Order: sequence, then structure tokens, then C-alpha cells
Amino acid sequence: MDASIPTLVQAVEALQQRQISSEELTGACLQRIADLNPTVNAFITVDAEGAMQAARQADQVRAAGGGGIPPLTGVPLAIKDLFCTAGLRTTCASRMLEQFVPPYESTVTARLREAGAVILGKTNMDEFAMGSSNETSCFGPVRNPWDLARTPGGSSGGSAAAVAARMCVAAIGTDTGGSIRQPAALTGTVGLKPTYGRVSRFGMIAFASSLDQAGPMTRDIRDAAWLLQVMAGHDPKDSTAINQPVPDYVGALDRSIQGWRIGLPAEYVQSNGLHPDVRAALEAAMAVYRELGAEIVPISLPYTQHAIPTYYIIAPAEASSNLARYDGIRFGHRCAHPKDLKDLYARTRAEGFGAEVKRRIMLGTYVLSSGYYDAYYRKAQRVRRLIAEDFARAFQEERLSVILTPTAPESAFLLGAKNQDPVSMYLSDIFTINVNLAGLPALSLPCGRDAHGLPIGMQLIGRPLDESAILTAGHVYQQATDWHLAVPGCAS
Amino acid sequence: MTTPVRYETVIGLEIHTQLATRSKIFCGCPNRFGAAPNTQICPVCAAFPGVLPVLNQAVLEMAIMTGLALHGEIRARNEFARKNYFYPDLPAGYQISQFELPIIERGHLMIELEGGVRRRIGITRAHMEVDAGKNLHEGIQGASWVDLNRTGTPLLEIVTEPDLRSAVETGVFLKKLRGLVRHLGVCDGNMEEGSFRCDANVSIRPLGEHRLGTRAEIKNLNSIRNVMRAIDYEVERQIDLVECGEAVVQETRLWDANQNHTRTMRGKEEAHDYRYFPEPDLPPVVIVPERIAAIRARMPELPDEKFARFQKDYGLSDYDAGVLTAEREMADYFEAAVQAAQPADPKGVANWVMVELLGRLNRAGQEIGDSPVVAASLGRLLRMMHDGVISGKIAKTVFGHMWEGGGDPARIVAEQGLVQVSDQGAIEAEVERVLVAHPDKIAQYRAGKSQLLGFFVGEIMKAMRGKANPGVVNGVLKEKLERS
Repeated sequence: MDASIPTLVQAVEALQQRQISSEELTGACLQRIADLNPTVNAFITVDAEGAMQAARQADQVRAAGGGGIPPLTGVPLAIKDLFCTAGLRTTCASRMLEQFVPPYESTVTARLREAGAVILGKTNMDEFAMGSSNETSCFGPVRNPWDLARTPGGSSGGSAAAVAARMCVAAIGTDTGGSIRQPAALTGTVGLKPTYGRVSRFGMIAFASSLDQAGPMTRDIRDAAWLLQVMAGHDPKDSTAINQPVPDYVGALDRSIQGWRIGLPAEYVQSNGLHPDVRAALEAAMAVYRELGAEIVPISLPYTQHAIPTYYIIAPAEASSNLARYDGIRFGHRCAHPKDLKDLYARTRAEGFGAEVKRRIMLGTYVLSSGYYDAYYRKAQRVRRLIAEDFARAFQEERLSVILTPTAPESAFLLGAKNQDPVSMYLSDIFTINVNLAGLPALSLPCGRDAHGLPIGMQLIGRPLDESAILTAGHVYQQATDWHLAVPGCAS
Repeated sequence: MTTPVRYETVIGLEIHTQLATRSKIFCGCPNRFGAAPNTQICPVCAAFPGVLPVLNQAVLEMAIMTGLALHGEIRARNEFARKNYFYPDLPAGYQISQFELPIIERGHLMIELEGGVRRRIGITRAHMEVDAGKNLHEGIQGASWVDLNRTGTPLLEIVTEPDLRSAVETGVFLKKLRGLVRHLGVCDGNMEEGSFRCDANVSIRPLGEHRLGTRAEIKNLNSIRNVMRAIDYEVERQIDLVECGEAVVQETRLWDANQNHTRTMRGKEEAHDYRYFPEPDLPPVVIVPERIAAIRARMPELPDEKFARFQKDYGLSDYDAGVLTAEREMADYFEAAVQAAQPADPKGVANWVMVELLGRLNRAGQEIGDSPVVAASLGRLLRMMHDGVISGKIAKTVFGHMWEGGGDPARIVAEQGLVQVSDQGAIEAEVERVLVAHPDKIAQYRAGKSQLLGFFVGEIMKAMRGKANPGVVNGVLKEKLERS
């Protein structure tokens, strides 16, 4: 059954060779969604009609032939439900936006559509991307295709599960503190968070503006390179988008990593929370890299331990402000029969937001309050700079090409195991959050299985704008191993 | 008996100037006043999910230009901040502003008071920010409506030092500042429409005291006159309080122009906690010295510079130079008229502009921009006068025609046959006729009643329908009266 849903690169080749039509491929994805979504709950909205129409158009484009056929013509993708899609409901998995239909298109989805992609639907996620287990969604949790009792991670859990369960060829997620990479690790897929500013945030519903970044979620590294090639680039509509040429990511994949220096931060490997199975998988991966001619260089990132508290000041601070616009006045949920303005605000927001979102709004409001700003927000910004300097110094002084770490401290945990304990949930992102604070590119790729047979992921972190290096390092690893070829039980 | 305490008034202003850019500060919507509600908006104006602000570079240019005109320091690295509060006219729930690092600091503006006293009023800072929309309540039952057209209008908030000492000084300062921003073309200065809004911080202190008294911030001041009236009222209120042994409390007060008083709007304890933090959607804006130099180079001449030049180049008095440089349009008009009138004396042109033209404009309640007589036409008229083609008296007649129907002075003069007669023979003939008709007057004149010369001139002018060259008439007449 797996053979029916190819990887992105396989799909492009098959479509080019006319071995399959987009209509067939899209239909096959929709069939798998129909079969699996009732259990996996990866999609909030499935746009079967729109997808089939786009697929038929794509087939016409390919049939017409000629030059300049866009690279993803006819490839069916799943989109995290926080990218605004014109005319297609965009909920952020929140009651607040349950009926919200954007009148505009996000830059990311616009670029994918221009590249010919077919959008199957919008994937489940933690509400407003706040969570690490997909349990804060108002549409219910996503289930991990490897074990339906477990979480696929979050917040991009729907996109990860959809890729792992072969409900789409590839998907798009967003990552504020690990929301692409942690679910990728927990579902045995590949997830790439680009350099902050490499991909436009226009039309991406904001959680924490200085940390949010969109990226590809795929079955293998090559697919991630293909998608990033389309997504990356300057956008006049996003002032934080970097105006630098987009390198040839796909072309860089087949380089040798002979002589590359790969940093291994002591603080990550020695972390108390690191599960022995994850440590073992990481050590095995180090052995693979040594065989491929790279050198593993022990490094230190001393500010690592401050990442979680720093993040949980900055991200909620920005979120408390970003989410102020959900006031019941212009769009989204509005409470019934408000007595006055205060009542309208209070009840609209009390009804529209879930518990985790409220927790972060309160946290963020508190740390920005007069009298607390210097102690919390300003200090957190300073620590953030120190964390970024940690990385810069390591890359520079040790002449590293990439840094290797575990992606998450453990494999997929049981649904309900952590959702009553926010701090233990926050620690799921302990290895990924630093990267967002420093604005660096990083990806997660599968590198083993634990005692339960659940996937384990490792993280490759690159220098600013050097997505090519992490893609290359990931690709050569996948050429030498087959972890990425494993298929979860429910999808095989 | 104790001597009564004398008080000093201390005033500082916060002025919100709406910058006259073509489009809004963070999106491409037109920046226009007066359109039907919610017709000038987009998802950015309405703060829809996922949209992002993009800074309009024209806002930056206008802010820099204003900063240069105010002799301020221009910050090289500018950051925006979010000012967070909930209100229906603020769609995002935060206003994008500048907080810790404003674009302009430490400027000043010189003002001229009566009696030639000049005072330097410090400009603490000026910062860029975005205007909010408007809540509409009038004529709506059981609801309020929100009009977001104004959302996204760029503002430059100018904050002065507490350097002003009276309502009159404040009025002079505001007129000067308003004239300056209009002159620069960065703001239309319309206080009633709210494009130039002023809040006043007013306090009193015993004369000689250096510490500042407790201030009240007064809002809702929609004209310079109201600013002055509100300050006068507020000073009196504060003095009364202090004289009665009560303390002035720090608060925000609302001016009510109908009741002619200020009243409490909110106290210090009700002040918002705005939770300012750096705007993460806008990277810092770096202003390089070259950019400032380029803006300086294309800046119009400043009113103070123009004032000095008008005195020097055109030989104008303080008063004339002041009137003619108060508004950029006025100064431009005058200079265009001088140009067209050359080689006529600029002082004469100044008189004509200030007496004939401004007199008519004032009576008609019009501005210089509304003048039916364009500057070049006025200049050509004055040149004809200078060249002796027409007399001053005729010039006024022609000007009257120009005011009524516009048109070129030379054409009016030609069509109406108003060209001045300087021909010696023609004038001699007319002089002869007048003298022959008044032998009695000639006798009286010769007997020493020399003021009768005016009578003869008047008769000759009447006969020649005012077209005779007065110089020639005088010469011929005197010669004839003395000779015979």
C-alpha cells in the first residue's frame, strides 16, 4: 500500500514520466485520508473538491507540455492550519477561528501553488501552535501513526502524522520552539526549520513573531530540499524576510562530507532528561558520520540550560500581544449578547481560547508589565543574545560545518502523559528551542528506533543561511542508512 | 500682611502630526480623509491574522525632514515598539510606535513674541507611530460602530520641553510649528479634521521656584484658540486650588469648549500599563548619513532662513518679511511676483501683495492659494507700472479687473484703452483747455494759493480718464502756470 504514495521526488518523476496522473495521485491521497483520518485526526479540513480540481489542472499543464512546467505541478501537499489560504477555512485549531475564512493567501502557500502544488487540506496542530503534543487543538489530538495511543508531537503534529501515514506526499509546518522538528522526530519523518527570515511569514498566523518560521515536513531529506527551494526567498510583504539569493539546495545534496567537522555539544549529550535509547541512537549516528569521513568535535554551548526559561518569557510576551487582535470585533468568535465592551472582550476570549493559550497570554502579559519588564523580558533578550553567541563562537572557533544533537529527549510519549504538567511538556523542546532563539537553520531526521519500536530523531544545526550544509549532512546519512524508509504500522 | 504669591505657568506640548503621505504607514491603502467608513482599508488595516506591517519609506523621509527643520538629532538606528491596549478602534490590540528610541531628539524651535522677544522652545523628541481608527456613536442606538479608515495613518508625535510660559506663547509656538510642517509639506496642519492634534501638559509653580509643579494633561483641543482658552482656564483652576490650600493632582483632563472648562478624564492610578516591547515584525531601520544629507539637499528653505533672506535680498522690514514668510505658499507667491515684475522694486511688490491682494483675500475669507490673480500676472502688472505704461491709479483699476475675471494685465489695459499717455503734445493741449476754462483759479494760484495745483492735476486727469502720465502732467502744468 505504501508504494501507492510516493515521496515528493518520486512523485515528480512519476508525473513527468506520465506513470501516474495528478488526479490519480491526489485521489489516492484523499482515499488514504478518508481511511485513516477518522483515527489519526491529522486533518482539520480536507479540501477534496479543490484538490481534485487543482490536480486536473496540473494534469492539463503537464499534458500541454513545453518548457517552464512548474517544479511541483500536480504534487499533493498538506498544509498546517495556520497558513492563511484564500477561501479555505484557516482555524489555527482554535475555537476562536473555527469559522475563519481568510480573504488572502499566505506567501508560502502562494509560492507552492505557483509551483504547481495541489493542496489537499489543512492539518491539525496545537492551538495557535502552542504545545508539544497536539493535545491543545480544539479539534482533538492527532494520533501517532506508529502507535495510536501516543502523540505525534507538536505543534505541527497533523503535518507530521499525515506525512508518516502517507496521507500526502509531503507537508508544511511551522516551528517556533521545535514545532517542526520534534514532531518529525516522533513520527520518523524529516522536518526542517530554516534560518529565521529565510521563508516569508506573511499570512502565517503569528504565535511568536521573532521565532516563528515555516518549513517542509517530508519523508526524506531530498524532498525537504525540493520544498525549501520553492518556499525560500525574499518577500516584500515581510520586513523580516532576508533579502539574499536562494542557493541551489537540491544541487548541494550530493556533496561529500569528507573532512567536515561536526560539533557535538556536551550540554545536550549529558542532559539528565535524555533517554538512553536516544543516546544510543545518537552514538550510532556519530559512528556513521565518522565512516563517511567526518570528524565529531566535542563542543560546549554553556548557555544551553537557560534556553527554556528564556523562551518561555519571549514567546509568551510576543504571543500575548499577537493574540490581542482576537477581540470579537472584526472576525472570529464573538460571544453572544455582550453587556458592554468589557464583557465582549472577556467572554469572547474566555470562550474562544483554550487553557494553554490563556496560560501563555497571562504569562506574556505578566512579563511585559510595568515593574517586571526589566527583570524578565529585557533580561531574556540579553540571554537570547548570549545563546546566539554560543553558537556563533562554536561554529567559528571549531570550524564546524554542522552541529549534531538529539532532536527530542525521548520518543513519542503517551497521549495524556504530560498535558497536566506544563513544565514537563515544555521540556520536550529542550534541544530545539535554542535554535529558534539563535535564529539558525536546523532539521530533524530519523536515526533509530527505541525499545518500543518508536522512531528516534537527530537534529542537525547549521550556520545562518547555510541550509545547504544540514541538508547535505542529512542526505549523505540517509544514503548510508535506511531509517527513513521505515513505514508505521497503520500505514503499511 | 503677606505679599500675595505670584505664579509661573509651565506648559509642555505633545503634538500629533498626521504625515501627508500618499499611502498609509504599513500598507498600500490610500492615506485620505473623509471617505465613507471602512472603504480605505485592507487586511493589514484591520489586523487580520497573519498579516505583517511594511514601513512606508515616505514616513521616514518626512520624519527626518521635520527633525532637520527642528534642528534635532536624527537617530541612526531606529526601532519600533508595540504599545499594547484593548480598544475597538485599535484592531491589532497594539499601536506600533517608537518608545525608548525616538527618531528625533534634542531639537528646538525659535518663536518671536511681541516686542521682538525671541524664545527658544526645546523639542524633547519626536517619534513615528500609527494612528488608530474611530469609534462612531452618534445616531446609533444600542451599539457603536468602528471606522478603520484612519487606521494606519502615519503620525509624527512631537514632544516639547516644558519651556512655554503662557497661553499666548503656546499659541505663537503652535502657529509657528503648524506653519513649519505645512511649509515642509509633511502635514496639512488641519486641527479641526485632526491632522494636527495637540495635548497640553499644564502646571504652575511659585515664581522663582525651579522644580516643576504637578501637571494636568489636557486633551480634546481642536484649535489653537481652544488650546489657549484651555490653558487659561486650567492655570486659573490650579491657582485657585493652591490658594485654597489644596493640591493639584496628576491626571488627564478633557477640555469642553462648550462649557469652557476642563474636567477629569482619568487619574494617574487609572493610567494604562502599555506593556511596551520592541516590535518583532519590523527590523531596526538604519538611517545612514548620506540619506540625511540627500533629504537636507532637497528640503525646501525653512521659514526662518527665508525670513532672513527676504530682509537681505528684498530689503523688507521685519514685519513685511514676517507676513510674507509665514506660509510657504505666500512666500512662493511673493517671489514669483517679484520675478515677473523685474526690474520693479521688490518692496513695491511686497506692498501690493500685502495691501491690495491680502486685503481682498481677507475680505473674501480666502487663502493665498485661492487667489484669482496669479503671481505672474500681478508681477506683469507691476512691471507695466514700473515701465510707465500705466499709472499707479490705473494699475489699481486693472488689478480690480484681474480680481474679478482673471486674465492678463496687458490685455486688460489694451482692451480698455488704459495705456498711459506720456505724449508731451497731447498733455499740453489738455492743460491748455483746463487753464482756459479756469482763469479765476489761475489768478488765485499766482496769488500764492499753491495747493490749487492739485485741482488742476485732477481736472486734467479727469479729462484724460486717468491715463495721463502724472509726472508729465505736473511738469507741463507748472511750466505753464509759472511762465505766463
